[in-house]
Amino acid sequence: MGSLFSEVFLGALLFGAVAAAVPLLLAGLGEQISEKSGILNIGIEGMMIAGAYFGFLVAYSSGSLWLGFLGGALAGGIVASVMAILCVRLGLNQIVIGIGLTLGLEGLTALLHHVQFSRTYPRLPAADVLAIPLLSDIPVLGPALFRHHLIVYLAVALVFVMIYVYRRTQLGLNLQAAGDKPAALDVAGVDVVRTRTVAVLSTGALAGIGGAYLANIGAGIFVPFITNGAGFLGIVLAMLARGRPVWVLLGALLFGISLSLTTALQVAGINIPTDVIQMIPFLAVMIMLVAFGRRSSLPAALGIPYERGAR
Amino acid sequence: MTATSHQAAAEPIVTLERITKAFPGVVANDNVDLQILPGEVHVLLGENGAGKSTLIGLLSGLQQPDSGSIQIDGTQRAINSPRHALSLGIGTVFQHAMLVPTLTVAENLLLGGPWWERPRKERLREKVDEISKSLGIAVDLDAYAHDLSLGEQQQVEILRALIRDSRVLILDESTSMLTPKGIEELGSLMRRLVNRGLAIIFITHKLNEAVSFGDRISVLKLGRKVGEIGPDRFKSLDKAELTTQIVEMMFGGQHSEDDAGFHKPNPLSTAEPPVLVLDGVTLESTSTAPGLNSVHLELHPGELLGIAGIDGNGQKQLADALSGQSRIESGSITLNGKRIETHSVGERRDAGLRYLTDDRLGEGTVSTFPVSLNFLLKQIGSPPYWRNQIERRADIDQHAEHLIQDYDVRTPSAHTPVGRLSGGNIQKVLLARELSDGAKVVIFNKPTYGLDLSNTVSTRQRIRDIAASGLGVLLISTDLEELLELCDRIAVMDAGTITGIVENGENARTEVGRLMVGLSQ
Ligand SMILES: Nc1ncnc2c1ncn2[C@@H]1O[C@H](COP(=O)(O)OP(=O)(O)OP(=O)(O)O)[C@@H](O)[C@H]1O
Ligand SMILES: [Mg+2]
Repeated sequence: MGSLFSEVFLGALLFGAVAAAVPLLLAGLGEQISEKSGILNIGIEGMMIAGAYFGFLVAYSSGSLWLGFLGGALAGGIVASVMAILCVRLGLNQIVIGIGLTLGLEGLTALLHHVQFSRTYPRLPAADVLAIPLLSDIPVLGPALFRHHLIVYLAVALVFVMIYVYRRTQLGLNLQAAGDKPAALDVAGVDVVRTRTVAVLSTGALAGIGGAYLANIGAGIFVPFITNGAGFLGIVLAMLARGRPVWVLLGALLFGISLSLTTALQVAGINIPTDVIQMIPFLAVMIMLVAFGRRSSLPAALGIPYERGAR
Repeated sequence: MTATSHQAAAEPIVTLERITKAFPGVVANDNVDLQILPGEVHVLLGENGAGKSTLIGLLSGLQQPDSGSIQIDGTQRAINSPRHALSLGIGTVFQHAMLVPTLTVAENLLLGGPWWERPRKERLREKVDEISKSLGIAVDLDAYAHDLSLGEQQQVEILRALIRDSRVLILDESTSMLTPKGIEELGSLMRRLVNRGLAIIFITHKLNEAVSFGDRISVLKLGRKVGEIGPDRFKSLDKAELTTQIVEMMFGGQHSEDDAGFHKPNPLSTAEPPVLVLDGVTLESTSTAPGLNSVHLELHPGELLGIAGIDGNGQKQLADALSGQSRIESGSITLNGKRIETHSVGERRDAGLRYLTDDRLGEGTVSTFPVSLNFLLKQIGSPPYWRNQIERRADIDQHAEHLIQDYDVRTPSAHTPVGRLSGGNIQKVLLARELSDGAKVVIFNKPTYGLDLSNTVSTRQRIRDIAASGLGVLLISTDLEELLELCDRIAVMDAGTITGIVENGENARTEVGRLMVGLSQ
């Protein structure tokens, strides 16, 4: 048992927690934008896996991780634009379309992977880390928290960008109005469909970057179903966070720790069946739902398509 | 003294020609012609469902006409979005509140600014100050919209239209939530605005408002325009003649607005022990709403007790405390000898307390449910209309048909979603539901809000009948005429306190009026 609390173990656990939290954070922040505007974006898992596949493809063929992220954002955005046309513009059922997109893209990316990579299983080299001066020298915490790829810090910075957007910008007001009372936004002269479309596309781009992170930095490789529910966890985070970006960050870290624990316990060779260990993150979801879910108040028009002048 | 002669020759800002708009099962506007001129208050009259709001929807870009043309400044235009309408200078205050409840007043007013800009609160504050000062509207910019009474929300919406520099201001039943004083103020505000060259479309159900505020009147009936009185005729007639002519146009002489003076108090009613007693009922005030300050009231069986007061003086809080929607901090509420202040909404209903709210769409009905289920909203799942959780459709339909007939609900069928009905018919559904089965105490909160003349008359008659049948009736209303016409006694609320209770009679009007503006009896 001694190894469980050694510095090495703790360091690895924390490092892994941060690494695992980043895609959840991106997905959660992304989902939050859609939900704020009144769209329940269940297709986010599909947007994520599209980003993972295409992000990997771009990064692998260009050799640039940043082009990979760009590709991921693009792929996520393209999937999101399908959702925007069907659910926002045409007002189709968001749950049905969301699930359809997710299943479709999981299948499509698995197929493409099979055709392109299943023989060679190409890998990306380990990503460069950016060690933050001074902070990264703190024992245990330093290497765990302050030696990551630049995108990790950017993802955390995004939390504060989103706080600013929601609290201090016209766009933030529009998003909230679109989710709480779209008719009022419409008569104030702001196009509800356009506002919601922007929200869904942003979700897609962020989810795509999250997916690219999973493949390019987390794993260094694309395998089918690599997102493994990360998008869905993002939905849970957004629901629990009730529109507050900081809560998404905290929730993502909590999930990150339990995901990391899963790996760490396996590595440490603790004698618990892996199936049980792999349940940890999902137990964490349920505990969080029980603890906070009841109080979560969602936008009044969430999931309801907007039609001008309808009664 | 109303319309000014030099404006009579002005070109219309808006011209509607042969406008037709149909919805499934109903032609809401049928070949309507209308001209909106600068410097005029154009009153639009018509019974519930006449198509007034539909016409407004076409002008404000919410919907497109099926046929006919809309001209702005003489050029034909398709108003294809609310934004377009605003840019053409058409500002609308809709019949149903159009503010985002979770945003503050300031944020609501800022909606619609360029999205890349930061919301300019300071500039807004200046502009609002300027308009408030010159026009006498006061709003709290930092209050959340959901904390405002409907009357206050309407003021915010008027302000919003003015901030946008509208040339045409549309007010869809804006006075229905205002006190007599507020209505008077809105009237003079409209006068000041048209004197600046604005055009106003003013929708109301109250003929006296139409006659005292209007320059021109158009009457709609079942989607058709059945008459218009222009400024010249308007000026040449006195109020009584004008009223007679309008009533003739609207109802073909069936009704007259005037009712026999004040109501004579029922001498027997206070002899019996009270059925409802409020004692020391207290509720903390918030930054935007008054609380309740040790309210004491007694209501006797068969009595009609009115609650008067300027809108936003705790009437909503009193209604919420009585209905069980909010918990009181101290004091007691006793119904028929039993304390009910800790009871839930449902338990109070079971105990015989019935509540009719002023926010028809928000609190009273589920707009997507059919009329038939809305009749039974508070009994869903329980016998006799449900047996073992299975709905007995035939019984439910029969019950619905019965009530639709009794209460004259104009609906295509019992299965139509309530949200499709016109404002007044939604309220009839609500009335029918609450009054159809036995009750001990009925609380009305602005029961005739949004009803047209004939429905107001019949609703008031129904309220009288309920009291006559021996139930205690509490009538919360900002309409002084209504209270004087119906009530035995009238209590006046001011800032959460009952400042006096007046026995209805000859001097009641002045006594209640003085109490309402904060003077002593
Ligand atoms: N979006 C819609 N879908 C279906 N029917 C509609 C719609 N809008 C209006 N109607 C119908 O058109 C008719 C006119 O309604 P409208 O709301 O214009 O009446 P109104 O004159 O404003 O009445 P009120 O005084 O009760 O507000 C009604 O029969 C109504 O049920
Ligand atoms: Mg109307």
